[in-house]
Amino acid sequence: MLKDFTKGIIKENPVFIIVLGLCPALGVSTKVVNSIGMGAGVIFVLLGSNIFVSLLKDFIPEKIRIPSYIVIIASFVTVVEMVMEAFIPALYDSLGVFVPLIVVNCIILGRAEAFANKNTVKSSILDALGMGIGFTLALMLISLVREVFGLGTITLFPIGNFSGVIEIPGISNAPVRVFGLAAGALLVMGFLKALFNWVGELRRVK
Amino acid sequence: MSYIGIIITFVFINNFILTQFLGLCPFIGVSKNVESAVGMGFAVTFVMALASISTWVIYNYILIPLDIEFLQTITFILVIAALVQFVELVIQKISPALYKALGIFLPLITTNCAVLGIALINVRNDFNAIESFIAGIAAGFGFLLAILLMSTIRVKLDSEWVPKPFRGIPIAFITGGLMALAFMAFDNALLNNLLG
Repeated sequence: MLKDFTKGIIKENPVFIIVLGLCPALGVSTKVVNSIGMGAGVIFVLLGSNIFVSLLKDFIPEKIRIPSYIVIIASFVTVVEMVMEAFIPALYDSLGVFVPLIVVNCIILGRAEAFANKNTVKSSILDALGMGIGFTLALMLISLVREVFGLGTITLFPIGNFSGVIEIPGISNAPVRVFGLAAGALLVMGFLKALFNWVGELRRVK
Repeated sequence: MSYIGIIITFVFINNFILTQFLGLCPFIGVSKNVESAVGMGFAVTFVMALASISTWVIYNYILIPLDIEFLQTITFILVIAALVQFVELVIQKISPALYKALGIFLPLITTNCAVLGIALINVRNDFNAIESFIAGIAAGFGFLLAILLMSTIRVKLDSEWVPKPFRGIPIAFITGGLMALAFMAFDNALLNNLLG
């Protein structure tokens, strides 16, 4: 049972191992705070869709299952959109078009099709949490690399006196701007994926 | 924005794959050989052009009059899913040869971020019907251009030695990154110089 939860975090990490959900992973990963916001949105939608799909798996006719899943997913995405726009408008603006695009994030439809429609509600919840957290951690890793090198800062949520921005001495006055641009995102993703392959290979040899 | 401006913007300056990260999954997944890359590129362009115009009509004549713009995400994805299914049926009936070439790519297009992306971007930019249609075609050609270039590079890469952990997907990303660097030459200054 616990395996349903832990597999998504490293062994079947949606971004680095299964390589799904790339558009938002690269599109929003300019700042750490964006990754956390995006991750939270995806966890919520994934949880909702996995629960509903596993509850309804005996009622949805085989032939129209994909459109049904899409309707379920799109409804949860609309909820996320409205909540984000109402309560955290700054984050909503910086995520831009990628919030509604959670609908076509292949991870969510992929989990509905590959897991939730064959398993119980309980394991579907664990699967959604594991995959969602795995996705969020992957996004945070990409954005950490990009923000530290590209801007020389780490942006988190502002709490009290803390503005939410940690400046890294030495880099913040002369950052490598290309990391923050589109090209940097693709390069960072390539190198991180190679790192994951290399580590995976080492573990297999052992 | 003039029509030529829209075309240049969506093909080069805001290239969907290399600067906006929309449609990365097929860009990495279907670029292993030139033939399937071109097939995917044309199928996406076709669907994007149709999706742009049909979502524009639905947004302006159904969602706005009924004051239910907040349902745009759910409506657009259903329109796109139905459209893809419809295109599949029509092509199968009219041209079995074209269906054979594009058939396997069509089901994948529903979940391609680029198609839903263009529909949402058209709404955000307040484009009119013709501008939306042109933006759809131009963004599709931008996608075609990027995936075609990528597939020709990957075919060449096949015969080169690559360190083992980098084989396959990582090297594809790094190639994409270098292409994106090259595409940085296309920016708004270029547009201003060309069109004044």
